[in-house]
Amino acid sequence: MAANVSYEQVEVGTELPAQAFPVTRATLVRYAGASGDFNPIHWNESFATSVGLPDVIAHGMFTMAEAIRVVTDWVGDPGAVVEYGVRFTKPVVVPNDGVGGEIKVTAKVGAKLEDRRVRVDLLATSAGEKVLGMSRAVVQLV
Amino acid sequence: MPLDPSFIGRTYPPTAPYEVGREKIREFAEAVGDANPVYLDTEAAKALGYPDVIAPPTFPFVITYRAADQVVNDPDLGLDFSRVVHGDQRFSYARPVRAGDRLTVTCTIDSIKSLAGNDVLSVRGEVHDESGEPVVTTQMMLVARAAEEG
Repeated sequence: MAANVSYEQVEVGTELPAQAFPVTRATLVRYAGASGDFNPIHWNESFATSVGLPDVIAHGMFTMAEAIRVVTDWVGDPGAVVEYGVRFTKPVVVPNDGVGGEIKVTAKVGAKLEDRRVRVDLLATSAGEKVLGMSRAVVQLV
Repeated sequence: MPLDPSFIGRTYPPTAPYEVGREKIREFAEAVGDANPVYLDTEAAKALGYPDVIAPPTFPFVITYRAADQVVNDPDLGLDFSRVVHGDQRFSYARPVRAGDRLTVTCTIDSIKSLAGNDVLSVRGEVHDESGEPVVTTQMMLVARAAEEG
């Protein structure tokens, strides 16, 4: 394991480079295939609306996969992620309008832990709403 | 009918091994738009000290979600999956999943709660490699929304 970031380099409040991830219907179809989660709420608009959703929504696990990229791109080695957890608070709505949705992710160091580890607190929003709650990763630095 | 709390602590038999392929990792990494070479290029993975390409942090869910079918479809538990939403998800890693792993999952029901008429079910998945070493532990919280009256 060889992270790019040393423990001494960061303080509580250090911000990681923010990123925005576009998500279209094609993205969701592809993720459904790769993950094996074919729930029709993620690709079938009439089904999604019939169960009370505003439109097709992204897989929560897709959003979770995008959010951690802010950490793995920062640290370099994805194996430096020791723990990662999120709560799914609001859906990411993905309209079939040729544009789709967007997931914006910011992150900062929330705490410096023992053994050269840090807790990174992530904030993921879409259309102005927070889509992940309690979104935290513990990362092993060098 | 709320879920039976006597299922708390129930452990299901380990799944048959899931063999992690390089091309499956590539497919997953491409699906999340992540071109980190450690997922795609064996040499890049070796440069970081891994024997082969590793999988993105959320990849283990592909395996543990499938394993949780045993719980979700347990007729004795009686969960109505059509009413289920994913409430939260956690991973705790001993090491990254990598190509060539043959992984088994052992699912345990950690908790069953009833909140405002909704059933809240927490399922732990312990993922081990072929030599029995722990790789990752996942925690999945499912919420089964209360059925409408009538």
